[in-house]
Amino acid sequence: MATTAQSQAPTAARGAPRAQRWRPYQIAFWLVCLAAVIAFPLVISDPAITTVAFFTLVFAAAGSAWNIFCGYTGYIALGHAVFFGTGCYALTIICARWHIAGGWAPFEFVPLAGLIAAVVAVPVGLVALRTRRHTFVVITIAIFFIFQLLAENNIFGLTNGMTGAELPIPPWSGYVYNLPFYYVILVILLLAVGTSWFVRHSKYGLELLAIRDDEGRALGLGVHTTRVKLSAFVLSAFFVGMCGAVWAYYVESVFPPFAFDALFDVLIALMAFLGGLGTISGPLLGALLLEPAQQYLTIAVGQNGLNLVVEGLVFLAVILLLPEGIVPAVSNRLFGRSAARSATPVAPGPAGPAGAPGSTEAQSPTTDPGSVMAER
Amino acid sequence: MSLVLQGIVTGILTGGVYALMAAGLTLVFGVMDIINIAQGAFVILGAYLSYALATHFHVDLFLGLFITIPVMFVLGVILEWTLIRPLKRDRTQLSILVTYAIAIITEGLLYFFFSADTIKLFAWYTTQSVHVFSFYLPDIYLMAFGLSALLLGALYLLLYRTKFGRSVRAMMQNRAAALLIGIDVERVAALTFGVGVALTAAGGMAYGATTAFNPNSHYDLISRLLVIIIFAGMGSLGGALIASVGMLVIENLTTLLLSPTWASTVFYVLLVFILIVRPQGLFGKADARSQ
Repeated sequence: MATTAQSQAPTAARGAPRAQRWRPYQIAFWLVCLAAVIAFPLVISDPAITTVAFFTLVFAAAGSAWNIFCGYTGYIALGHAVFFGTGCYALTIICARWHIAGGWAPFEFVPLAGLIAAVVAVPVGLVALRTRRHTFVVITIAIFFIFQLLAENNIFGLTNGMTGAELPIPPWSGYVYNLPFYYVILVILLLAVGTSWFVRHSKYGLELLAIRDDEGRALGLGVHTTRVKLSAFVLSAFFVGMCGAVWAYYVESVFPPFAFDALFDVLIALMAFLGGLGTISGPLLGALLLEPAQQYLTIAVGQNGLNLVVEGLVFLAVILLLPEGIVPAVSNRLFGRSAARSATPVAPGPAGPAGAPGSTEAQSPTTDPGSVMAER
Repeated sequence: MSLVLQGIVTGILTGGVYALMAAGLTLVFGVMDIINIAQGAFVILGAYLSYALATHFHVDLFLGLFITIPVMFVLGVILEWTLIRPLKRDRTQLSILVTYAIAIITEGLLYFFFSADTIKLFAWYTTQSVHVFSFYLPDIYLMAFGLSALLLGALYLLLYRTKFGRSVRAMMQNRAAALLIGIDVERVAALTFGVGVALTAAGGMAYGATTAFNPNSHYDLISRLLVIIIFAGMGSLGGALIASVGMLVIENLTTLLLSPTWASTVFYVLLVFILIVRPQGLFGKADARSQ
């Protein structure tokens, strides 16, 4: 935290006027984006394209949610498919047990499915967050495989094993089928991005960033690290669970290898890395670039496995050539922070220095790290 | 009683094969502080290499190892050199993503060249079995165990009787100090990664001869291997051997006495308990590397 404050003080002074000049354009840009996303399926009604748009929004929402925990704390979790799958199965089981008919009704239970995923995240987080860094990554992967195995073996009689389970069939057909799903996932996406923005601009968000910069020092400064980490973990699981629930209702049936998909873990991480880990817009940009490409590849060369090769190569290229991601790279150019950045001591965290996402936001008085430090 | 004995014996024999794969994984972790998620994919690649040699060139599975082990060694060194060494900042976490990508690429290539069909390595001795005590034991289990024991012995000699091994152990203890006393850490890291990958050639052959596999099997393998090295404590070679055998014995006993459904679950549940009590694993050093 102290590192953040010291390194940002001069930067803020230099970057502030330029950043503030950009602010109206930035707001206008976001409003145009929002309008475009809302209008998109109405203008282009081809179901083949709106399907891709739907999946893109699912990944954008899941990526934003993943970023709330992983981007801000610097803990790379490669097991969020656990919560995606839990959301899938939660909605499936709710619909089956309570005899929910197809239509709008299953959507009402999406938040409940997210809540169930969040509840599952509590013990998972308690176990995994006892460790740090690479041990944490490995443990999230191991826990993911435990859940996949539980689902495959139908351990508690909940998942119906490899036979899969059916959801209610939505009554919409043809050209309008995608629309309800599209707007529901859009609402979830907006909630996830809003939460991400809110967290980033709160004292709570600063505590998360402090953990990323130096966990030991954050603890020393009075951040309740365990509580803060666990709550962010659970928060991200909640949104990922809701994404899973909507996704499951969309595809109408769930199977363990698709609900608990190892590729999902990597894809959301890749999207966040490509866009910019720890930035608000990074996961959105990453999903927008990668998910359509991924859908195209699966259709074009999916049957002989070459889609995996291309995805892996893109992944390698992103990590090796652009480890900080597109958004921080571009915002450095725009606001000329690269000089200050290279002088910033980078604490062991995978992302760039704290404040990179908030190149424009970090200047508001309430969230200036310096002012929080002063209050303490 | 005979079931218990059978479970223990087959558990120890197949556990030896897992020990070989886990040894490579934990060795690379100890020296380079990275986790090679592609280890499972390399095992499957090794199995497919043996398969290709056996079907296209009629090379015996065990003789084929004289080709596949050097090939995998060179592959490992090249991958370390081109993909892992360039990671300057936060190599530990980024390397997990890089090796994950390598695993996905390997899986895709194997799908492309060998299709998704499930296969098993075959030779005249893979169908033989011997009668011991009161049950039949496939010959190949004994041979795979022998191979693993031989290679683990060779690994022991490499680590404890050569200058290279001394460098490796020095780096496992303290990388910075190893650099200061004049060890070429980058070279040792590349060679260690090569050795770790080379072990998967033999591990893959033994795995492929005892278990049916397809390109997708690497997920199952890497999850088991990760569980083994977390259970043992990451970076602990001896621990990895004990954990491998322990895991497979528990799995086999559960399969035979309870039901196959619960086999791996029991071990995973055990893992979670261990993590709650000892986050650093059974034989791991307390938080030595957690920063």
